[in-house]
Amino acid sequence: MQEKTIRESDKQRESMERALKTLGNLIYDQITNREFPWIMMQSRSMDNIIYDSEIKQYVLGDKMVRRHSRNIAHIRPFTQFIWTAWFARELLRLRKTSTLREVYYSARGQRDIEFKNQTESDNIITDLETALNRPREDFNVYPEERSAIFGDLTIEYTVPGYEGKRMNLTEHPDGVMIGPALTSSEFIETSADKVLVIEKGAMFTRLVEERAHERFNALLIHTAGQSPRSTRTIIQRLCRDKKMPVYIFTDGDPWGIHIAMVIISGSINAAHLRGLATPEAKWIGVWATDIINYDLPTENLTDFDLKRLKELKEDPRYREELWQREINTFMKIGKKAELEAFSRYGLTYIVDEYLPAKLELA
Amino acid sequence: MTKPEVEITYQSISPSDFFYRNREIAGFSNPSRAIYAAVRELLENSLDACESISIPPKIYLRITEITPSDAERESAVYVLRIEDNGTGIPSEHIPRCFGQVFYGSKYNLKQARGTFGLGGTITVLYGQITTHKPVKVVSSTGVEIHEYEMMIDIEYNRPMILRHTVLENKKGWRGTIVELHLEGDYTRSMSKLYEYLKQTAMVCPYADITFVDPKGRLYRFESATNVMPKPPKTVRPHPHGIDVETLRRMTATSKVKNMKLFMIEQFQGVGVMTAEKFLNFAGIDPKTDPKSLSPDDVVKLVRAAKEFKEFLRPDASCLSPLGEELLSTGIRKELNLTEKDFLRVYQRHPSTYSGFPFIVEAAIALGRSLSKNEEGSKMIYRFANRIPLLFDESSCVVWKVVNKNINWSTYKVSNDTPLVIAVHLCSTKIPYKSVGKEFLADQPEVEKEITNALRHIARYLRLYISRNIRLAKEKRRLNVFEKFLPKIAEFSAKLADKPEPPDIKPLLNAVGAELPEVERKIREVPQIAGEND
Ligand SMILES: Nc1ncnc2c1ncn2[C@@H]1O[C@H](COP(=O)(O)OP(=O)(O)O)[C@@H](O)[C@H]1O
Ligand SMILES: [Mg+2]
Repeated sequence: MQEKTIRESDKQRESMERALKTLGNLIYDQITNREFPWIMMQSRSMDNIIYDSEIKQYVLGDKMVRRHSRNIAHIRPFTQFIWTAWFARELLRLRKTSTLREVYYSARGQRDIEFKNQTESDNIITDLETALNRPREDFNVYPEERSAIFGDLTIEYTVPGYEGKRMNLTEHPDGVMIGPALTSSEFIETSADKVLVIEKGAMFTRLVEERAHERFNALLIHTAGQSPRSTRTIIQRLCRDKKMPVYIFTDGDPWGIHIAMVIISGSINAAHLRGLATPEAKWIGVWATDIINYDLPTENLTDFDLKRLKELKEDPRYREELWQREINTFMKIGKKAELEAFSRYGLTYIVDEYLPAKLELA
Repeated sequence: MTKPEVEITYQSISPSDFFYRNREIAGFSNPSRAIYAAVRELLENSLDACESISIPPKIYLRITEITPSDAERESAVYVLRIEDNGTGIPSEHIPRCFGQVFYGSKYNLKQARGTFGLGGTITVLYGQITTHKPVKVVSSTGVEIHEYEMMIDIEYNRPMILRHTVLENKKGWRGTIVELHLEGDYTRSMSKLYEYLKQTAMVCPYADITFVDPKGRLYRFESATNVMPKPPKTVRPHPHGIDVETLRRMTATSKVKNMKLFMIEQFQGVGVMTAEKFLNFAGIDPKTDPKSLSPDDVVKLVRAAKEFKEFLRPDASCLSPLGEELLSTGIRKELNLTEKDFLRVYQRHPSTYSGFPFIVEAAIALGRSLSKNEEGSKMIYRFANRIPLLFDESSCVVWKVVNKNINWSTYKVSNDTPLVIAVHLCSTKIPYKSVGKEFLADQPEVEKEITNALRHIARYLRLYISRNIRLAKEKRRLNVFEKFLPKIAEFSAKLADKPEPPDIKPLLNAVGAELPEVERKIREVPQIAGEND
């Protein structure tokens, strides 16, 4: 068992390294053939981002773009692209991980190609993902935002120095941070039969204290707002490999709705990647109808909230009835409610009454 | 009825007395301005004296401080000495040329710096009233040398000779030396004075000027050529420019018997036909004796002369423009332009306003050498009859043309393009806007000529600028490839586990293939700047 998992993660790393080397060879050969180097990749322009209703996710269309070093406007990003590819290969070779921000800083020493800001380096990394058709986690680049997981799941690390080491995720009452080590670990065993995803750290802590993981037999994940891609990958893996249903629990406002939707259908920004979306996941609240049914304390929707709601209403990901109903209700009542709103009925109400009821319904 | 308490006295004053009381009119308004004005008047007389006989001027100017500056009044006494190699002045005229206001040799109709017979004398007068010292004038027309020491009798506008010595002239020297004392403030006039000399050297590239200042510093403005502009010819007046008084005087002194001959003889460009037509137009019998014209007839004639359309254009041979060659030599030399810089000079055809002929010459310079000196805005040099105009720039018509009439952006000139613009106006009557003679009135005809001249040059400027932009762009392009291709090569090799980066020379050569074409275009640029139509 142990041997097999390590070999699997080795295999993935090797294939990634091979892809990068192939890229290097391609460009090397172009230059040797007296050709200005260029690369082809799928276009990420708006008109090539298409909603695939089959898989309920945004994907890239057939339009391709060519990045050509003969083009004076492209040559700098092109050079940055090659540098980033080399940097990624170094990460894999040294078995190190890095973050988006670190990549931005690592180019600082490189005269003429250093990035003006992190948006620029993030963009180049997305280029590399698109060109290689692999998420950046595969070449060990992770985001800074850290979310956490808690519950009865035993994992086995594959990162250097921890290879084969196991841990149960109930060991730490604050939850275990979802970082590169956890993301690349193997899931060994679990007694849980569902995943409960919560938008906010405070509510996550409340649920741990109330032993919600035991009461609902669930793994708890908090996303710290809009969920990072590594968190989405984990949710997706749990759902796919361990066949666990996923329930998402957010604030009752347009922003909460969208946090749930990105977990379910993916984001426009990551249309070039698959394997991040979990279409089977369910948003269980806080719904607009919950605000009415549970008579929750509310705040008024701002103009900004309303504008966002209108956008969501038009978005193809929200075509289904549940979403349309909730969006319309939000608009009708003009109110929103946070997860904390339930505390008007006492601190344990949410675990004792609300969640069981909602899970029942789902 | 009581008699008025105040007694009113009536008196008349002489012209020198008038200028004594109103010396600011002639530019001697304060100690720092006085030095500048004195140098200017004497230097201009010297240049006039050389140019009138087409001799390249060699001028030595020295200012020495003799009493240290007075801390309270911020002024000191200086000796100003100027030597030239001009015509010299015949002995009998020397005293009155420097001791009597309105005495001179330039009252005829041709272009010169001096006009009123005023500048030299008023300088002497200023020196005298501030230091009470005589002026020394040494001059020779090539025969013996005359040395005068004299003062001005201000009340009566006449010279007072203190000493007159005649010296042998073994070496056949010809020229004039003037030496006088005056009060002034050199430190404060220094920068304007230097600017004045530099700009004089710019419009007189054939002149050699040496200046030793009170601090013992030597300034040399060497001549860059010995070619002189064609000297102006004295012409008869043009009927358009005549006024009642001048016409009355002309009729009074004329020896001819009838008006037809009078017109032909006294005016330029009037033949038998034109004379008859004009007199007919004016309603004057061609047989009338000029002396018998009534005052009404004189007025009638002057009016008719202004309205009559068939006179020839005023004769421009009384003008002496510098010419494109000389003006560009002067500008090139004083601005230290290199061959790569843009400089183009253009001379318009003669034109006229109110019967006075005039010619506009203009130049625009732009280049690397300039950007270091004149940061940003447009530098304007103004000249009138080869006199640099240094004050009141923004009141001058040249300024108006540059800043209002011409839309520089159409010529690809941006606000921080270091342009140098020079305009030279030649005329028998410069349309000064004030007695200060520092700026030109916006006489519509003159304004139009200046505008056209500058627009003409600006078209070449646009070409120059756009080629430079193109060149810079091309260079930047190459630069970019030279910068990035090696890195692409380096990292692709590392990525592909190759020991050496691939050879990028063929790629760089391909980019550089356009270089010769660009370089040919650059080589053309000086031609754009220099070639004349
Ligand atoms: N350096 C000189 N060389 C020859 N002639 C001179 C010189 N300086 C002055 N003159 C004569 O003195 C005259 C009077 O000079 P000035 O008072 O300056 O009046 P203007 O220059 O207007 O004629 C001149 O017209 C000229 O004939
Ligand atoms: Mg004079």
